[in-house]
Amino acid sequence: MTVSVSLTVNGEAVSADVEPRTLLVQMLREELGLTGTHVGCDTSQCGACVVHVDGESVKACTLLAVQAEGADVKTIEGVADGDTLHPMQQAFHENHGLQCGFCTPGMIMSALDLVKNNPDPSEREIREWLEGNLCRCTGYHNIVKSIDAGARAMRG
Amino acid sequence: MTEQGIGAAVARREDRRFVTGQGHYTDDINRRGQTYACFVRSPHAHATLNGVDTAAAGAMPGVRAIFVGEDMAEVGPLICGWAITDVNGEPFRAPPHPALAIGKVNYAGEAVAVVIADTLEQAKDAAAAVEVDYGLLDAVVDPAQATAGGQPQIHEAAPGNLSFEWALGDKAAVDAVFDGAAHVTSLEFANNRLVPNAMEPRACVAEYDAGSGEHTLHIASQNPHVHRLVMSAFHGLAPEHKLRVVAPDVGGGFGSKIFIYAEEVVLTWAASRVRRPIKWTAERSESFLTDAHGRDHVTTAELALDSDGKFLAMRVDTTANMGAYLSTFASAVPTYLYATLLAGQYTTGGIYCNVKAVFTNTVPVDAYRGAGRPEAAYVVERLVEAAAAETGRDPADLRKTNFVPTDAFPYETPVIMQYDCGDFAGSMDQALDLAGYGGFQARKAESKAGGRLRGIGFSSYIEACGVAPSAAAGSLGAGVGLWESANIRFNPTGNVQLFTGCHSHGQGHETAYAQIVADKLGVPYEQVEVIHGDSSKIPFGMGTYGSRSAAVGGSAIVKAADKVIEKGRKIAAHTLEASEDDIEFAGGNFTVKGTDKAMNIAEVAFTAYVPHNYPEGLEPGLDETAFYDPLNFSFPAGTHICEVEVDPETGSVSIERYAAVDDFGVLINPLIVEGQVHGGIGQGVGQAMLEHAVYDGAGQLVSGSYMDYTMPRADDVPSYDVGFNGVPSPLNPLGVKGCGEAGAIAAPAAVMNAVHDALRDVGVGHIEMPATPLRVWQAIQDAAA
Ligand code: FES
Ligand code: FES
Repeated sequence: MTVSVSLTVNGEAVSADVEPRTLLVQMLREELGLTGTHVGCDTSQCGACVVHVDGESVKACTLLAVQAEGADVKTIEGVADGDTLHPMQQAFHENHGLQCGFCTPGMIMSALDLVKNNPDPSEREIREWLEGNLCRCTGYHNIVKSIDAGARAMRG
Repeated sequence: MTEQGIGAAVARREDRRFVTGQGHYTDDINRRGQTYACFVRSPHAHATLNGVDTAAAGAMPGVRAIFVGEDMAEVGPLICGWAITDVNGEPFRAPPHPALAIGKVNYAGEAVAVVIADTLEQAKDAAAAVEVDYGLLDAVVDPAQATAGGQPQIHEAAPGNLSFEWALGDKAAVDAVFDGAAHVTSLEFANNRLVPNAMEPRACVAEYDAGSGEHTLHIASQNPHVHRLVMSAFHGLAPEHKLRVVAPDVGGGFGSKIFIYAEEVVLTWAASRVRRPIKWTAERSESFLTDAHGRDHVTTAELALDSDGKFLAMRVDTTANMGAYLSTFASAVPTYLYATLLAGQYTTGGIYCNVKAVFTNTVPVDAYRGAGRPEAAYVVERLVEAAAAETGRDPADLRKTNFVPTDAFPYETPVIMQYDCGDFAGSMDQALDLAGYGGFQARKAESKAGGRLRGIGFSSYIEACGVAPSAAAGSLGAGVGLWESANIRFNPTGNVQLFTGCHSHGQGHETAYAQIVADKLGVPYEQVEVIHGDSSKIPFGMGTYGSRSAAVGGSAIVKAADKVIEKGRKIAAHTLEASEDDIEFAGGNFTVKGTDKAMNIAEVAFTAYVPHNYPEGLEPGLDETAFYDPLNFSFPAGTHICEVEVDPETGSVSIERYAAVDDFGVLINPLIVEGQVHGGIGQGVGQAMLEHAVYDGAGQLVSGSYMDYTMPRADDVPSYDVGFNGVPSPLNPLGVKGCGEAGAIAAPAAVMNAVHDALRDVGVGHIEMPATPLRVWQAIQDAAA
């Protein structure tokens, strides 16, 4: 049995027929081919799958696709402006805030939500906000630095 | 140094695809007609396998095939590629490890059957319907007890659950020194078992083309050619020329993606049976249950000192847990990558190390970032710190008293290593400055006034990297050569493709290698493309691990560049009508000495491909390959200093400062190198304070998810102060040493020495990793009681 789910992803209206047990992250990756959103765990701990749903960061593995019916979803693929990187993406690049890149989409989506609510976060606030995002490569040092720089760039 | 040459902090070119979600990891790959594999895994740690009933599962919707161990009888078992000779002169016991269990299962999570179905959901549903008849056996879990009498026997071929007992050094001589020593420091501790936890789970997609008979395997691997070689030579899955292995973007490895696992063997074999592409991606729970774990030593260690604090001798006895089978390089880790580093940075006179490698009913243990060297550094640096405390010496001074002096290189250690160069005291002094050692007592007093305990800990580690000189590795048991390859291919329009046998899974080779080529050949950095990971594109290469990509892979690039220059010189001489000896090469230009007659390397490349006016007898084309076999290991070393504050009320430990000064020789890209140091320290802090793979008495992995296994999070770790004291290695053309593992090697001892220092004030003598709040609090309570 499948159900039809319609939502907006990165500004485009999309729909797909999925099994009721399909997670939002599976629908994004498998049905819509948006493989920038990653799956790093099965207990909703790692944050590799973070996307924005109606403007808020959400772990896309915690939501069934059917729960996202009608929602406005933004994934990492929708963050840059054409070929121009978003200041947060640029900051990760300039500050070496990524190594293998697997956690990076989730980190950036999470960081954008932080900065939306707190445009000038302290190092402590950045570190605490990243509670739900695991990175095994960077030791977090340069991720924190990137988010700080990205936030600064976004404040202009 | 040019703007984007060697030494420049170039921001990485690979970032763009990763920050925009355009990376291509294995699970992102989908093929037309793709099916999905789900493995049926043993829930028991030790059991006979009496029967597998697949009838009901086989009839479920979408199921294409179900295979059990007997179906794959023609496929060779998983192997261990490093032979060890036992103390008795016997070969190690390496019992067969079938890809799917036959007759018996030896760890919880071991694959018993595989279901292949049209959708992942169908495969999972059917796997749940496979009925397996197990005959439960008692499990062997504790490595320290594994060889004791009365324990269950895991493998018939390994009596007493012993794979091998191995030793290095002259025991009688070392014992004699201990007998006459002024002071002996003794410690007993475990090196906690860890789960590597690359954020990208292992994954593979296997395809078979019946028309050409060619197999293609996309896999999250650190070494695609090693995968191909083993799967061809030992598993007999396909001849090498019919097996293409591609490691695309790989989301971290840390050792865990070196090894040849059951899943890729099963999928490659099965794809030619079901005649469909098959995909498998580990769920994180499967990663915990099946990725090779790291560390897991139980050790007794002693250091003998004279009355001046000189280290006279060291005696180490280690039991290393191999898990249920010997994984691909498992046997090398607690032997040649461990005991050979026990001299540390010191002139210790004699060293004896005995290692028992034992089987238990747990996941196989193999190399994890640092592999043997973190264990060695922990032994040495914990001993030194304890000796300093016991003899009332400043830990920095005691180390300096014993450092190999800067003028003593090359330095032969008592444990078969020859250190090429170093400046141990210089790195220590720089680290003391960076850590603000002079102000420590004041900070400690301030903490004390606030009811907190402050401690400082040192770790003056050394590691052997640049793995490895093939002949030396071969004489010690390695089944492979450990050279590296590079192919520099100029295109007629002057841009360059570099094909490397190393593999990047976070290390930034696409950037750093392009810097080397740009630097050596004077080609604009943007015009150098780096290609890695695809066995059908690159020359045979050994991959990336053991901090080898710069020292070995980078050196191969330099050698290939030298060949390009040599050939280019001939072409330029001909074109410029000069003698070859008069042609100088610099900054991308071939110039006739003492004249302004010149042609640049792009013009030379064009001439090589359009050889109308060309040296007689010279082959057209500008495309040079080099294979580089290192002369020795390289020896990165440094001092890390950690400062912690302990809250005695809760037992929680916070890292207040962390300073690291490392000698990696020449840095190709300091931005990337710093990132490697940060990441290594992060994992080392995880080992010291948070991470522990815990099995219960029945062999069940208790910390088998991110709910139970504590990964370091951003708010568990500090910002790190990183400095460098590079002494270029004389042994490779780049002068590099390798930086990938240093942090993970140095940090556990630095953190634990700091914790011990803080707790010494309240009478705590010993605490094991990970120093969790519960453990610290308990130790404080016990000491007070
Ligand atoms: S995959 Fe969603 S939190 Fe890990
Ligand atoms: S960059 Fe590899 S997990 Fe974060």
